[in-house]
Amino acid sequence: MRRKNLNNLRKTIVEAAFHSGEGHIPSALSILDILWVLYGGVLNVSPKSCQSISRDRFILSKGQASLGLYAILSEKKFFPKREFKKFGSYGGILGGHPDMNKIPGVEASTGSLGHGFPMAAGVSLGLKIQHINAKVYVLIGDGECNEGSVWETALIAAHHKLDNLCCIIDHNHSTDRALKVDDLEEKFRSFNWKSLSVNGHDQLEIKKALMTKHPGKPLAIVANTIKGHGIKIMENNPAWHHKAPTREELSQILQELI
Amino acid sequence: MRKQFVTTVEDIIANDQKTVLMLGDIGVFGFRRSFELYPSRVYNIGILEQATISMAAGLNMTGLTPIVHTIATFITERCFEQIKDDFGYQKLNGNIVSVGGSYDYAALGCTHHAPDDVPILMNIPTVQVVVPGTAGDFDSLFRQSYSNRGLRYYRLSERENEFRVPVKFGKANVIKLGRKATVIAVGPLLDKALVAVKNLDVTVIYLTTVRPLDTKTITANLSSGKLLICEPYYSGSITQEIMSAFKGTLRIDHLGVPKKFLVNYGTAKDHDRHMGFTEKEINRRVKELIHE
Repeated sequence: MRRKNLNNLRKTIVEAAFHSGEGHIPSALSILDILWVLYGGVLNVSPKSCQSISRDRFILSKGQASLGLYAILSEKKFFPKREFKKFGSYGGILGGHPDMNKIPGVEASTGSLGHGFPMAAGVSLGLKIQHINAKVYVLIGDGECNEGSVWETALIAAHHKLDNLCCIIDHNHSTDRALKVDDLEEKFRSFNWKSLSVNGHDQLEIKKALMTKHPGKPLAIVANTIKGHGIKIMENNPAWHHKAPTREELSQILQELI
Repeated sequence: MRKQFVTTVEDIIANDQKTVLMLGDIGVFGFRRSFELYPSRVYNIGILEQATISMAAGLNMTGLTPIVHTIATFITERCFEQIKDDFGYQKLNGNIVSVGGSYDYAALGCTHHAPDDVPILMNIPTVQVVVPGTAGDFDSLFRQSYSNRGLRYYRLSERENEFRVPVKFGKANVIKLGRKATVIAVGPLLDKALVAVKNLDVTVIYLTTVRPLDTKTITANLSSGKLLICEPYYSGSITQEIMSAFKGTLRIDHLGVPKKFLVNYGTAKDHDRHMGFTEKEINRRVKELIHE
């Protein structure tokens, strides 16, 4: 696997947010490398197989990063790029949080934090019950780890030995100012998960982590990321958490992404 | 009714490979045989209602039919948002079967009361609500509906009617016809209502499916324009729908659990008496309606 420059996807995300006046851009950017690796050969899913019972699943539990998922799904041809023109509009299929009943390739309608992770555990258990050999990947945020349901799920997934489940934690420190959640690798290990940490912007490192064998246990990958990664004015800048760029800012950002 | 729940669900689990039972650490002894026979589809999932509901949604995403069972207050109020988003918004299918509705756990106090389970779930579009009045009602209604589309809430009750009538999911039963008023008795309140109006010229409608509401049968039997709704939880859950469906003037009285914390203990019968869930009070209210 070769490292891929994802500036074209960053451009898609920023332009969609600019035109709609909506979007959590930095949150989308912090997971972009992870999603690129997942959909670049790890996940056994394609636009043709996205209804197949034996497909691998990916659930974006931190639904506010939807623009990142949309950018990848459209790049992989799950839906046409023209949908971005209607992002956040009344009749569009792409909203601020993803809707599984509207968007091909979206596995769960998330947005309220702490829901996608236990749903992913339920899918993992359902696949095991039916002896279906498919894997479930779920991405949660470190802020989302404030939610009690995350730890309910950590407990129950290990108890049921869901070794077809992989949880990636986007550790972009978004919640440090409120309720800091550190030592995530150790926390998941203490819940009896196989747990490791990676640089969440190193595509090769991410791929290697996702290939880790974890028999008898679910796998937790703590991805150390930078919120707003790839656009200087947004990186680790809380002012951009939920903000669309002005025309001047857009121009400046697009210059950076050339 | 709880014993019937075990019997019915055991049978369904045995015959429908798509069903998965999730117990919130109650009813485990009752289902001991199913645990042995179907270990991959019967779980004592633990005391974690939020994750349980989301996981149940996840199970349905793979085509399985979850049946979640625990105490009413915990499985409706604590995880209301999981029911709303994960089942309602996502259009997924499943079943919740509760015990301890209203003050069935009277002696355990307020933290175990759930007089708002049905009313709050009625705020979620598409959730179906079943309030059986007998064990036989539960068996019949559950078998008819558990594999339908959408999420259903079945409210088991500690008390049952002596009166027996075949019931159909989504259909109201007209038990008695009269001209001067109509009484709707929900689930286990039918017996009391029938005794209360024995010598009165009123219609009695028995309701075991609260949603989808059989407004056709109800409005066809409201010619007096006077209605008493007897509900074993906070009142008002079906009022608006009846008023919207009925073309004419309607005078409605409600007998339900009052909206206050019930801080006394005792038995459910003690609470019934204090709240007016008695033949005498129903009789008084109906007479008042008739003579208005």
